[in-house]
Amino acid sequence: MRGGWSKTVAVLGAAGLLAVSACGNSDDGGSGDSSASKDVTVFTWWADGGEKAGLDGLVSTFGTECKDFKFVNSAVAGGAGSNAKQVLANDLAAGKPPATFQAHAGAELGDYIKNGQVDDVSDLYKEFGLDKAFPQSLIDNLTVDGKIYSVPANVHRANVVWTSPAVLKKANLDATKAPASVDAWIADMEKLKAAGVKAPLATSKGFAEEMVMEVVLLAELGPDKFTGLWNGQTDMAGADVTAALEKFKKILSFSNADREAIDWPDALQYVNKGQAAYTVMGDWVAAQQLADKVPDSAYTYWPAPGTAGNFQYLADSFTLPTNGQTPEGAKCWLKVVGSAEGQKAFNTKKGSIPARSDAVVTDYPKYQQAAMADWKANKIVPSCAHGAACTLGQNDSILSAMGQFSSGMDVGVLQKALVAAAKPN
Amino acid sequence: MHGRIRTWGPGALVLLPTVLLLGYFVYGLIAWTFNTSLTDKHNARPVPTNHVGFENYVNLFGEERFLNSLKNLGVLTVAFIVGTLIFGLLWALLLEKGVPGEGIFRSVFLFPMAVSMIASGVVWGWLLNPSQGDDARGLNRLFSILHLNFLENPWWTAGSRWTTMASIALPAVWQLSGYIMALFLAGFRGIPPELREAARVDGASEFKLYRYVLFPQLSPIALSALIILGHMSLKLFDLIYAITGPNQFRTEVPSVYMWNTLLRSDMAKAAAIAIVLLAVVAVLVIPYVAYTVRQESEE
Repeated sequence: MRGGWSKTVAVLGAAGLLAVSACGNSDDGGSGDSSASKDVTVFTWWADGGEKAGLDGLVSTFGTECKDFKFVNSAVAGGAGSNAKQVLANDLAAGKPPATFQAHAGAELGDYIKNGQVDDVSDLYKEFGLDKAFPQSLIDNLTVDGKIYSVPANVHRANVVWTSPAVLKKANLDATKAPASVDAWIADMEKLKAAGVKAPLATSKGFAEEMVMEVVLLAELGPDKFTGLWNGQTDMAGADVTAALEKFKKILSFSNADREAIDWPDALQYVNKGQAAYTVMGDWVAAQQLADKVPDSAYTYWPAPGTAGNFQYLADSFTLPTNGQTPEGAKCWLKVVGSAEGQKAFNTKKGSIPARSDAVVTDYPKYQQAAMADWKANKIVPSCAHGAACTLGQNDSILSAMGQFSSGMDVGVLQKALVAAAKPN
Repeated sequence: MHGRIRTWGPGALVLLPTVLLLGYFVYGLIAWTFNTSLTDKHNARPVPTNHVGFENYVNLFGEERFLNSLKNLGVLTVAFIVGTLIFGLLWALLLEKGVPGEGIFRSVFLFPMAVSMIASGVVWGWLLNPSQGDDARGLNRLFSILHLNFLENPWWTAGSRWTTMASIALPAVWQLSGYIMALFLAGFRGIPPELREAARVDGASEFKLYRYVLFPQLSPIALSALIILGHMSLKLFDLIYAITGPNQFRTEVPSVYMWNTLLRSDMAKAAAIAIVLLAVVAVLVIPYVAYTVRQESEE
């Protein structure tokens, strides 16, 4: 039903685009109007919930910091931005970019960079002091051929396992401590199964299964080889990858039968209701648990087994489109996005953590405080499922392979598809 | 000369906007799509592109994912058409025999058509939950409550291509059977009662009456039903998108694959898929159009 609504919006957007391009000439005539040129259109897929609240926080900071400019909301609703990306692609192809648009930081920006649609913002990093405020490892992750193309507004962690202490107790397992390795985790799942828990791991379709695969690969290969998988430096066809995928297959066999039919909030409910022991999901779960009023004692969380010390990240960021309207306004928006006040206003509401390492920890709720400590201390590794390590095209191929694997469980077919997907295109 | 313009001029003037709009928005855009499908525009970069002939088509037909989506579409179409025709005809027959409160039944059968595919897709996504046994939900739960446990199955998430795509066809059958019923019912009502009486006087049994008198009269309707269902099945996108999500290999059909390809800005490949889809629809529709044109000119 939400999909239907957002589809309508996308269609209206596309129709509007036609109308705009049809009267392109008259637009040019109006650009002399000074008040219109001060508009800063900000394109996002944050249309409701905590995301919208976070955006509103940014907007109010923008209102005080950038008095010369007017914020114009250009949000397109739809999960993970699938509709928004389509509308944005149309806008960019028609040469009508917004002043700034949202994109996952990292490889997902690669398409826009390759297409010449976004500008280098490295100078702004120096100007705003972001090169000192962001951890060096994040800056390294964002840098493409010596240039940086976006300013991250937040950071999410992907390699987190959320557990139900009550269910773990059935098999006399310690909920506060993660199993030391993937093998130990599999052993725990066997114990849970023996104790009568039918599906120890709750997971859901598409990117959630991809996240499970990613944490297994990360644990088995280590951070450097894992990162290399997505940029061609590690051989995706290697025997160590095969071994890791075999373990992933084993883990998936411990999961719920309806995984292809549900979304991640449903999988989380299996854990909350005591039907499953674990679910692998990003730390937006913390915001969901707060919103659902699940008491802190009802769940615990730890880095996925074997991945402690690694912070698998994804980040929402803003860009400076090539030939965008109101570039000064867009720069002011980017300044707000990177600033301590802006990141606080945004992240306390969205449930993510600031990318800056100088943020005040006590401003944030319990889970985020722990994540912020890890963000400072851990090795930062990109996530493929959320665009930090993979382009949209690569991720589309991987998701298709995941669906095929979930029913056939053929490691050979999966690995072949992953090799094809990982090839830089 | 002047007089001739008087005869055809006004008519042409009335038709002109339609012809222009159709020419641009339908045939012009088809030509544009076809042209794009012959280029190497595999990204959104605003640079000049080269014509590469039929390379995109050759690549498509060498790709496992595309062939899989075509096979899925074939199975889906067969399951959808057969299922809808059977239920539509069955309901029409039952109503034609006469039941009290026919109006109510008609509305009940027709009602699903009023629901948009995307909305019914969301609901059917829940109903087709593959969990079985104690965890069963959706339809499987209903079966277990009714002690029909042998009917529980994993729906589209496991098993052969046939069981997968038949599960996907199920909601579409539910949605359109009522429409086909309405078509057939109108057909039955359009047959003059004298024909039935004559057949009965000649001593035809009820079975023979339907077999030799009534059904032959319905064949034009059956043909239109086939065409309508066929082209709807080929275009089916929202239902699959809502039930299984956009990236499900098991249920992907060309229209969904085209959406995914467009999302990764591979314009040329997406255009090629669109043209293949158009060709498949044309194979179905053109003979029908030819047939109806011939029928009309004979009359």
